[in-house]
Amino acid sequence: MSFQIECPECGCRPVGEFHFGGAVRERPEPAAGDHVWAEYVYTRPNIAGVQREWWFHRAACKQWFIASRDTRSNVMQPAQTPDSQEARG
Amino acid sequence: MSPEPMWRTHELKDSYDVVVIGGGVHGLATAYYLARLGITDVAVLEAKYVGFGGSGRNTAIVRSNYRTPEGIAFYDLSVKLYEQLAAELEFNVMFSQHGHLTLAHNERGVSGLVERANMNQWLEVDSRVIFPEEIQELVPELNLFGHCRFPILAALYHPPGGIIRHDAVVWAYARGVDRRGGQVHQQTEVTGIEVRGGAVEAVVTNRGRVKTRVVVNATAGYASTISRMAGVPLPIETHPLQACVTEPLKPFLNAVIVSSTLHVYVSQTDRGELVLGAEMDDYASYSLRGTLGFLEGAALHLLELFPCLANVHVLRQWAGLCDMTPDYSPIMGAAPELRGLYMTVGWGTYGFKAGPASGFLMAELIATGKTPPRLEPFALTRFAADRLVGEKAAASVSH
Repeated sequence: MSFQIECPECGCRPVGEFHFGGAVRERPEPAAGDHVWAEYVYTRPNIAGVQREWWFHRAACKQWFIASRDTRSNVMQPAQTPDSQEARG
Repeated sequence: MSPEPMWRTHELKDSYDVVVIGGGVHGLATAYYLARLGITDVAVLEAKYVGFGGSGRNTAIVRSNYRTPEGIAFYDLSVKLYEQLAAELEFNVMFSQHGHLTLAHNERGVSGLVERANMNQWLEVDSRVIFPEEIQELVPELNLFGHCRFPILAALYHPPGGIIRHDAVVWAYARGVDRRGGQVHQQTEVTGIEVRGGAVEAVVTNRGRVKTRVVVNATAGYASTISRMAGVPLPIETHPLQACVTEPLKPFLNAVIVSSTLHVYVSQTDRGELVLGAEMDDYASYSLRGTLGFLEGAALHLLELFPCLANVHVLRQWAGLCDMTPDYSPIMGAAPELRGLYMTVGWGTYGFKAGPASGFLMAELIATGKTPPRLEPFALTRFAADRLVGEKAAASVSH
């Protein structure tokens, strides 16, 4: 369904202006091993419910930000600018 | 006197030999072929009703002109089973094999079609590249020589491809399961899977707990959710895909027409309606609501191909959920580290055409405990082993 996303820089804009960057996850340490890395590269949380996600405002400010969305209804909660820890993910 | 029901309703027993989760074509076909192998103490659990999910929302296209040898062999088995299905199930599934055309609008697209045609022919699947003069003979209404932004340079012609009545397929399989002694339970939602000592022990449903040593995850849309109940994460992200249908027109379009450049595919049903689909939405979601943006895009692209359809009305639109894997191929087989959990999931945008082959081979796997060779390439372990089955070029917007 179509919906609007509130960009922290630009305010409410239609979803078509944004690129979906997937659920927020923690990146493993480089030495974590093949099994952990394969899991990180391929598996997805794919939550049917509220999920914290990366979004990129490609049509305007070109900023990445994090927002929570209920994937069943596409209702979004206010976006946040990522902190430095999450920005590594 | 009311007509005889297609299948009976039953009390849910407290144990079954096999529990299949998902009352779509994959789950029902698995249960049907299990029964044919003599395993009849089987329950198919469907959260809504038979065919509610992807089996009732797809655009009903059947074909086998894929790109990889693994994919081609698998989908070819499915086409052959579909060809025999009306006789097998004694029900008219209205399979019309009137040909499938994948269009190329640039040189890179043409070389992609040539590669697919070569692989198809090597595996004895009827498929070849044809050029505008021959395309025009098959589909005179197509805008081949007029002004357009994306001229058609060639097409991959796949004569055995076509369309089928998807509702009839799931109804007929459900009746077949019932007739052979299996049970179909609608309105039965799985809320948990109990695991003990590395093996499946039971499933928990809204109608009670069911003991079983074999669970088959044959769901679409909620495959990740079901699999997580057993502690098995999947490489799947769920995206909606939208489709729409126009008012009925006189029959004019025999072939299924697909253009990945234009993000559109179209066929004409036996009732005369045009069924159109597009690329899936580019963000993950479980929402089934349609968008105006899809309709505008689908109409724009369809008119590039068929300017003559400018005044045709759209009757309705809908969305289905597509479980996308990283390589655009499905995941079939036994869970690697959990005894008794089987899956036929990750069916993306290509699940309906594969239902019979998936059910046939999954049933063989469960009955014999041995993975049939045609299933081996699609194991969940292929991702960690870096043995992907890359079908994006042949699966994306080519239904």
